[in-house]
Amino acid sequence: MARPKIPRKSTSIDMTAMCDVAFLLLSFFILTTKFKPAEAIAVTTPSSVAAKAAPDKDIVLVTLDKDGKVFLSMDDEQIKGTIADAINATKGLNINKAAFVKAQFIGAPFSQLAAFLQIPEENRKGGNLPGIPVDSTKGGNEMVEWMKLVNEAYLGKKANLLLKGDNLAKYPAFKGVIDAFKKNDFLKFQMVTNPESVPLGSELWKNNQKGEKRDD
Amino acid sequence: MAEMDTSSGGGHKKGPGVKKGKKLSTRVDLTPMVDLGFLLITFFIFTTTMSQPTAMRLFLPKDADKPEDQNKAKESGALTILLGKDDNVFYYEGILDNANASANFKSSNFGNGDEGIRNVILKKKANTNEKDLVIVIKPTSECTYKNVVDILDEMSVNVCKRYALVDVSDVEEKLVKITEAAATTPAK
Repeated sequence: MARPKIPRKSTSIDMTAMCDVAFLLLSFFILTTKFKPAEAIAVTTPSSVAAKAAPDKDIVLVTLDKDGKVFLSMDDEQIKGTIADAINATKGLNINKAAFVKAQFIGAPFSQLAAFLQIPEENRKGGNLPGIPVDSTKGGNEMVEWMKLVNEAYLGKKANLLLKGDNLAKYPAFKGVIDAFKKNDFLKFQMVTNPESVPLGSELWKNNQKGEKRDD
Repeated sequence: MAEMDTSSGGGHKKGPGVKKGKKLSTRVDLTPMVDLGFLLITFFIFTTTMSQPTAMRLFLPKDADKPEDQNKAKESGALTILLGKDDNVFYYEGILDNANASANFKSSNFGNGDEGIRNVILKKKANTNEKDLVIVIKPTSECTYKNVVDILDEMSVNVCKRYALVDVSDVEEKLVKITEAAATTPAK
């Protein structure tokens, strides 16, 4: 029996629809991506199983770099203004308030603060700066005073205290920071980490499998 | 392939002297464009999910000035973990005194093996009443921030509810130094 002749169809497909979808998705992702600004302080954070995303509003971020130098940054410009006024009033350092508010981070002892604020923003790189002294054996823990200023400026409002430390930072610097937190009754803080999966078979993993809520 | 219809239907005839230009096909192959589109999509998908750091919470105890205000941990339920340099971990159970210092003081590591600190914590957890279990973390001045975060992470991995970050005592610091020295010298 002779088979009926099937007419040959072209194998090319109309790509327009696919192209439309691809570029729609592309524009969506481009618009939703937030690129991290180039950081002046290089920090590689350790990883943890914590699943909660770090807050990005009302933050007071303490950065600990690999040499144990400590930097402080805040996102609320109004609070920074209040702090600048308080420093000028109590310490008589006569720092430039506008520069203090615009500064991305603070990384100098009080005695060098005015000089620090005169360095142009793009030249402030973590490696060249002295950092805020936290070692109580060498020159005192200035972080305690900074935290006191933050506490007074945030009075009544809730600040998210974040600590971002480098893998290689030594413990004494970390201890200096938490001592400063403790002295000012900041007993709750969060440590910025990279996400890591929960090890298979561990107790937390079993709890997660059972659907129990985590309280971390 | 995709196409765009640009041929104007009909159109008026050109004059007799005007030459008719050869009509080129206006169809464009869109495949490379789609390829590029999806490549960029995958790039943006990966960058958006990667740059989301997480935060680990830590609650600090208020410093008690007087010794009688401090919380006392039951001896049987206490596990003290000391963090040394080069990712070394040491631990002991209960109270460390001169009599049992050498037998009770053991070394461990961050690995998953039998000696690893996770196993030690799990064993201790299985052997003690849940109410009595307290893990005391004592980082020495030579350990890194990563070690501290790792051990705190270990607490949440093993679901230990009660733990404390405490300063190391001189005796313990010395013991850590001696053990570290003893562990490194025979190898050389």
